[in-house]
Amino acid sequence: MKAVRLDWEIAKRGWRRHAAYPWATAAGVFTNTIFGFIQAYILLAVFHNRPHVGNYDASDAVTYVWLAQALIMTVYAFGWTELALRIRDGSIATDLSRPLDPQRYWLAFDLGRAPYHLIFRGVLPFLVGALLFQLRYPSPLDLVAFFVSVVLAVVVSLGFRFLYNSAAFWFVDIRGVVTLSLTVSLFFSGMILPLTFFPAWLRAIAHALPFASIVQTPIDVWLGKHHGAELVGILAVQAGWALVLLGLGRVTLRLGAKKLVIQGG
Amino acid sequence: MVDSVVLWRRLVGAQIRSQLQYRTSFVLDACSAFLISFIDFLAVLVIFHNTKRLGVWSIREVAFLYAMSSISFALTDLLVGHFDQFPQKVRDGNFDILLVRPRGTLFQVIGSDFQLRRLGKALQGVLVLVYAVGSLTIPWDAGRIAMLVVMIPAAIVIFGSVWTVGSCLSFWTTDGGEFTNAFTYGGNFLAQYPIDIFSSWLRRFLAYIVPLAFVCYFPSLYILDKPDPLGLPRLLEFSSPVVAVVSLCIAGLVWRFAVRHYRSAGG
Repeated sequence: MKAVRLDWEIAKRGWRRHAAYPWATAAGVFTNTIFGFIQAYILLAVFHNRPHVGNYDASDAVTYVWLAQALIMTVYAFGWTELALRIRDGSIATDLSRPLDPQRYWLAFDLGRAPYHLIFRGVLPFLVGALLFQLRYPSPLDLVAFFVSVVLAVVVSLGFRFLYNSAAFWFVDIRGVVTLSLTVSLFFSGMILPLTFFPAWLRAIAHALPFASIVQTPIDVWLGKHHGAELVGILAVQAGWALVLLGLGRVTLRLGAKKLVIQGG
Repeated sequence: MVDSVVLWRRLVGAQIRSQLQYRTSFVLDACSAFLISFIDFLAVLVIFHNTKRLGVWSIREVAFLYAMSSISFALTDLLVGHFDQFPQKVRDGNFDILLVRPRGTLFQVIGSDFQLRRLGKALQGVLVLVYAVGSLTIPWDAGRIAMLVVMIPAAIVIFGSVWTVGSCLSFWTTDGGEFTNAFTYGGNFLAQYPIDIFSSWLRRFLAYIVPLAFVCYFPSLYILDKPDPLGLPRLLEFSSPVVAVVSLCIAGLVWRFAVRHYRSAGG
């Protein structure tokens, strides 16, 4: 019980950290909205020539664009290097000596941060999209499933971010690792384009990787593309990836801590 | 003026030398900039996997737009910089240092952010351009070659002016650095696609208020010998250099106005 209370307190700090910069939030909303417009019109131009792409019609695609913009910050698609910086400057030694697991700490912190970004960075661009485009809205059940799916997406995303940050245990300069991880995850998550648009072979690769669970899956749930057992199945896939990535993160953390050398001072 | 050029060369020279100190790091950065920009182009390919034409544009023509925009973007990024550290300077009050030096503030901001690795992205643009020009049948003549030579400097000036105006917002919103991304990455993303696919209000805003349509769209219509699907006057196809000069003047004025609103963080 005490541990859960601690998680809750850490989560509140995750929220507060970002609530402290309202202008950064406004700037982000503006930027997401601009990108939303550009992407929406590009996809609409495709639907000008055909009524369907896979199981998407024009409304689905435009809804996809605005939901993806709303999720960018929620799932922190553009990277997070806080853990890597703590490893590099040695603060990780303090974290490791605390009576609290670093991975659990960051997970709690991130689950506090995500709702802030979903509400303040996500809702506004989506409303702009909803006012100007014909969007698709979920049934109450799908809406509930969507929120479950978003929570799982945040955990999968954190699991992955935790892994590429851990590279800092082995490399002094992890910029290369971070950029590569971001590129691959942005593209294969469906953040740049819906996976539905991919040619079959590329889509097969995308669905074999964990990244689809971060963007494509929650949006498909909103769009009502999965029902009944299939819906439960796709949520289970997300949960599975969350466990696998968090597990790998634990192993990496243990291996990294073993070889960690802190420069004294 | 001559004096400023000498100083700029010295500033940039020092940065290049320092960046080449860590040779491996530099090569890796340039390579990753090169590879990552392919994701962008992969998106174009995926879009054209689903459609033969985007509006009235074929994949080769969009590749041409994409290449010209990417090259201009990368060169602007190289020469003008990304105003990345600049909001930080305004926030922590270090902008003071720029104010007391006997040179223009904009000159100092631009001169202090020269990253050679950004050439990696320019190279990717050049490769796409080779593909586009190689596969299209462009009726090359003196006018078209001249346009190709003129449009890149004009595009750099337009991009640079738009970014400068965008970054001025930092003077009012101390932690609003992300506004800049809408103008830099957003501007590039937009210029990569033909503007006739956007709705009319967005198009008007782009063509006449933020003059991004003059970066690629209008000059490319002339080079590709393509009738404007929007039926706008042909004069626009030759207007990029004029638009560039006008945007530069406006950016200079806005910057001056914004600097006057700078209040040091003090302390």
